[in-house]
Amino acid sequence: MKNALQNITFWKVVAAVFLLGGLTAAIVRFGWGLGAATNLSDITPWGLWIGFDVVTGVGLAAGGFTLAGIVYIFNLKRFKPIVRPAILTAFMGYCLVIVGLLFDLGRPWSIWHALIYQNPHSVLFEVAMCVMLYTTVLALEFSPVVLERFRMKRALKIVKAITIPLIVLGILLSMLHQSSLGSLYLIVPQKMHPFWYSPMLPVFFFVSAVAVGLGMTILESYLSARAFQKTLETPLLRDLARIMIGILLVYFTARFIDLLRRDVLHLVFESSFETAMLWLEVALMLFIPLLLFNIKNWGRTRQGLFFTAFSMVLGFITNRLNVTMTSLERYYQQNFGVTYFPSIGELAVTIAIVTAGFVLFALAVKYLPIFPHHEEETVLRFDNAAERSPSPQISGKPAAELQRH
Amino acid sequence: MSHAILVDLTECVGCGACRDACQQIHHFPQVEATSLDAQNFTTLRLYENPESGTETYIRQMCQHCKEPACASACLVGALEKTKDGAVTWDANKCIGCRYCMLACPFDIPKYEWGSNNPKVRKCTMCYQERHVREDYEVDDAGYVIDRKGKRVTVDGREITAEERDTILEMTTNYEGNRASACSVACPMEATIFGERSELVAEAQRRIRENPDSYVHKVYGLKEVGGTSVFYLSNVSFESLGFRTKLEETPLPEKTWRVLEKIPDIVVTAGVALGAVYWITNRREEVRRFEDEKKNRIKTKS
Repeated sequence: MKNALQNITFWKVVAAVFLLGGLTAAIVRFGWGLGAATNLSDITPWGLWIGFDVVTGVGLAAGGFTLAGIVYIFNLKRFKPIVRPAILTAFMGYCLVIVGLLFDLGRPWSIWHALIYQNPHSVLFEVAMCVMLYTTVLALEFSPVVLERFRMKRALKIVKAITIPLIVLGILLSMLHQSSLGSLYLIVPQKMHPFWYSPMLPVFFFVSAVAVGLGMTILESYLSARAFQKTLETPLLRDLARIMIGILLVYFTARFIDLLRRDVLHLVFESSFETAMLWLEVALMLFIPLLLFNIKNWGRTRQGLFFTAFSMVLGFITNRLNVTMTSLERYYQQNFGVTYFPSIGELAVTIAIVTAGFVLFALAVKYLPIFPHHEEETVLRFDNAAERSPSPQISGKPAAELQRH
Repeated sequence: MSHAILVDLTECVGCGACRDACQQIHHFPQVEATSLDAQNFTTLRLYENPESGTETYIRQMCQHCKEPACASACLVGALEKTKDGAVTWDANKCIGCRYCMLACPFDIPKYEWGSNNPKVRKCTMCYQERHVREDYEVDDAGYVIDRKGKRVTVDGREITAEERDTILEMTTNYEGNRASACSVACPMEATIFGERSELVAEAQRRIRENPDSYVHKVYGLKEVGGTSVFYLSNVSFESLGFRTKLEETPLPEKTWRVLEKIPDIVVTAGVALGAVYWITNRREEVRRFEDEKKNRIKTKS
């Protein structure tokens, strides 16, 4: 009994409160309909659940395909130890996106209709197909972890044999999926603020997703290190941060040229809500990471890398929320005198979904062989996992046990 | 034959007969709504010209675009531009994603926010009602059946003989042609239902014959590639609150331009990824082979 009480930490209580809040909102949502639980309306049909839970959520899950590509296709084997946590986050991310989607759909029980009534002209059809197929691919990519844990050698062998085709398929689906979330908004040129409406949206969405995939991986390994003493070599994370910043420079150069070409660059110094949000996005996603990463001595430490990645991820979230919500506010205001801000219920569900992500990640890291135990052993262990009899003790030790060592 | 509706705002006296007929035929409560919602497919709003003091009633309804953004957005194809000209919605397909509502340049589709099985609602130009025929018979249970013996449903409801007659009366105009309830109800020449090309000619004729009573524009002719609902007005459409900044390109083209590239992207990227994989692996194989060779030479010497 005493032991059980000691196990209740501050963060566990917080998580429980958030999850209960989400549960309450869920009861309102499914009991009384979307109108009761959300601030959505005939004028503002899409809100936080699409903007954050789906569009941002898929972006934050981009680490899976990014790192799988780096390690298996570009054959940069030194990043191999990070592939598993990245694929885990992606898989969990997609599962949570589906949960978010079920909240937002007016008739969630008919979600399977997308399979039979296909409209190839709809971007949302592409999105639906990608969610479905890529979640399946991620489940397979993630399956070796579970199979190793329960020593199912034959299944493991089969999955290992199709690794490369799976990885290629995963990357292709991700390319389509990340970009299609941007394409969704191509159909409303007259509604969106010109800062964010661009014919290049699909490309921008894909490139920024690759960057945030790397950022998320850095964040995860830092947090895991703190919570579970499971850690990755700093030089690896430093390389990831370097690639991430390179991609961000390319991304923002393209965004800048795009604004210039569409003749809206002069608006960036106008005083307006949109301008402020644009600068917030650029500051968090580009300026602050650039600055932090280049602080002498500190920028390349674990902590420096963490804050660099953290700022970038926040900036990425700001970008997605800007595209999905900020950019439409002026249209709503001018035509209907309406402003959209998510309701408590919408916020509660989103917070609960994010919390669920943290809890699931923590549980997975604790009970499944996600992070390598000994750095020097990793490559060998990951390569020959199928042949060797995998010992769940290697990295499946509960954190408490590790602490004692 | 593609149908359309011509709304001449200069003829409208604001009696509300169109709105009332619309509410009646769809079994909606009779209210004087000024904005569209799930139970108001058409509304009347008064505009007082600040300069001349004249009054204009603005009737709003679905534009029934030639290439509707809503139909292209719908992932399950629940929204459809029929050959008839009407854009219809199929309750059996809809999953409630509401992308149609976002995509619509006129903000027409509305939602049953309070329902746990919500429908997307909008004007369908009385599509189902106009297709209820006089010679449909009644089965033993008292419901109207079509020629194949299947029960006729209008708006998801099976209809009785009495309802059939009401629908027939409300959707047959004085010439004996089937038309939308709003156009049948209009006592003026403000709402006319007819063949699209004939209505375009009629709209242009009205402007030509009375050039001083109209702004020289048929709203709906070119917007988003053309619609099947046209407006004539004596006040600029912009001041009436019409969406006047719409491009002439149909909106679905904006997304199709990207979607049609998917096969190319998949093939190109697939080949590229395969090539990179082959090269990087080959490089490693070669390196491994060379290492082995070196080791062998070492052990020999």
